[in-house]
Amino acid sequence: MLKLENLSVAVNDRPILHDVNLHIKPGEVHVLFGPNGTGKSTLISAIMGFARYTVTGGKIYFKGQDITKSSVDERARLGIGVMIQRPPTLRGLTVREMVQICGKKQVDVDELADKINMVEFLERGVNEGFSGGEIKRSELLQLMAQQPDLVMLDEPESGVDIENIALVGKSANYILERGMRKNGQTVKKYRTDRKKSGLIITHTGHILQYIPADTAHVMYQGTLACSGNPQEMLSCIQKKGYEECVNCAL
Amino acid sequence: MASEQNIKNKAHAALTKKAALGADIDLTAFADNATEKNYVSDPAKFSSEQKKQLESIGVEVAGGERAGTYMQLDHSIVHCSASNKGLEILSTDDALKKYDGLPSYWWQAVEPDADKYTARAALHQEHGYFIHAFEGAKIDYPVQACLYIGQEDIVQDVHNIIIVEEGAELHVITGCATDPQVKKGMHIGISEFYVKKGGKLTFTMIHRWGEEVAVRPRTGVIVEENGLYISNYICMQPAKNLQMYPTTKLVGPGAVSRINSILVAPTGSHMDVGGRAILDAPGTKAEIVARTISTGGIVINRGHLLGQSPETKAHLECHGLLLSDEGVIHAVPELEARTSNAELSHEAAVGKIAPEEIEYLMARGLNEEDAIATIVRGFLNVNIEGLPDALKREIDSVIQEFSLNRQ
Repeated sequence: MLKLENLSVAVNDRPILHDVNLHIKPGEVHVLFGPNGTGKSTLISAIMGFARYTVTGGKIYFKGQDITKSSVDERARLGIGVMIQRPPTLRGLTVREMVQICGKKQVDVDELADKINMVEFLERGVNEGFSGGEIKRSELLQLMAQQPDLVMLDEPESGVDIENIALVGKSANYILERGMRKNGQTVKKYRTDRKKSGLIITHTGHILQYIPADTAHVMYQGTLACSGNPQEMLSCIQKKGYEECVNCAL
Repeated sequence: MASEQNIKNKAHAALTKKAALGADIDLTAFADNATEKNYVSDPAKFSSEQKKQLESIGVEVAGGERAGTYMQLDHSIVHCSASNKGLEILSTDDALKKYDGLPSYWWQAVEPDADKYTARAALHQEHGYFIHAFEGAKIDYPVQACLYIGQEDIVQDVHNIIIVEEGAELHVITGCATDPQVKKGMHIGISEFYVKKGGKLTFTMIHRWGEEVAVRPRTGVIVEENGLYISNYICMQPAKNLQMYPTTKLVGPGAVSRINSILVAPTGSHMDVGGRAILDAPGTKAEIVARTISTGGIVINRGHLLGQSPETKAHLECHGLLLSDEGVIHAVPELEARTSNAELSHEAAVGKIAPEEIEYLMARGLNEEDAIATIVRGFLNVNIEGLPDALKREIDSVIQEFSLNRQ
């Protein structure tokens, strides 16, 4: 689904990411750990193609196609969707209109909004006066309508109260088509049938209680320092901290 | 009470008085006399080009869903009719005759010696509309008024009066335009509006001028106890030289005014447009909201809130979007409190569209042009009450033009 080959990225001429290699296969959900300011958000912004993030080396492939130089909207139309941490406010554009923009097909905006407890926000300006948790729910609602094949979520749990964190997890699983095994479907078939992929940034790991991830990576000082089982890596980080965890694995 | 002679004397003394704001227009550069135009009993008889122009300023030519129509071409009244019993529409000259000079309304909200334009109108005025909603009348459909310049190089000077009597409700849509062939001209419009106790006036004005037309509207509004005045002003076409600063005076307790403007200044336009609200009675409220866009022209957007009575509350909001490096947007918000418990606030922001906003929409699948158009459309969306469909389409087409012309 997504393949990064020796990807290096700079922001305002300052190198942030160095030779990142990553392969996310169809149906896989990867989680990205790492301390603040280490380049996790830069990575997903570069994959989305935002202009501030200059690819200084390497390639980005999506569904086998080299998208390193593609525009943001081309990437979105190919099937990449993103939830950034601090999306801008769009005055005068309602959440309903935004969800309609996202929906490739005719989507039932009210039905989707009901799933994520956003019905009362539909006529409000996008992110206008929203709390942290409301922004997350609004972003997830947009992604539910967009139906991307690769979903990138930047800290989906941050700013979300305990009451809503399960809702955020449930909605992310809906977008990833997880947790919806049909009657009579074997686990194997369920796993091979699902095609949606995810890349989720978290530094607390709380969201892993709700979204089952297949692989975890630790980003440290602009490189992917190590990869492994999400739960094992999380407990290593929790016990020993990032620095030691990365050293140990190296 | 100003006598007719008194008004004329004041005006004579101010004939060369420069306006406080805006370029000084040489009034001798324009012709004084316009040829007399015939009365058109059915506005549907206008040429198709004129009809198109009229529709673009919100005029329903067929008169459907309108409670009345007043149309003035240059200095001639070409149509004047009302179809609602709660309503009276006359030319101001006829109204002056009928109501003995309208002593309580004539030059009571605007001073004849404010500047040389008011002075000229006081001495040369050619008609204008008089729209009168009777006590308690709720006029279901809007009244439309059209002030049209069809002859090259003339000055059109009109004096309009709207009176909304106690408990009455009225929506007036005024479209001002020049004929597509007319390039140069001048429009001076004196407008005095009176909203009586518990009355409601919604006044929507759309300007669509020729590129070389100078425009000097002079508007004063007086709102009495619990009255409501809503003004929507839209100018999205080039105007070489437009300056106006309408003043709303809230004189009765609980009176409210809301003033919205949408200005789009293409290259070659100079628009100096403001709004002033004087909160002169306890519990009055005012809101001024302006959305300005420059695609290369100059916009000066002024706003002034004057709180001089207790328990008053007002907010001023001017947001400007620069879509061209050639353009200028200059926001001048002013708050003036003359009593300790007036609550006045303002919010002003001028700048380009943030690239993050464009990318945010692109990440949801819109291309760059559509993303910009979507942001501009949202920016201009100030929920204008009762906007005619033709005008909504016009706003959309202007937004469309931006995205197509933006390279």
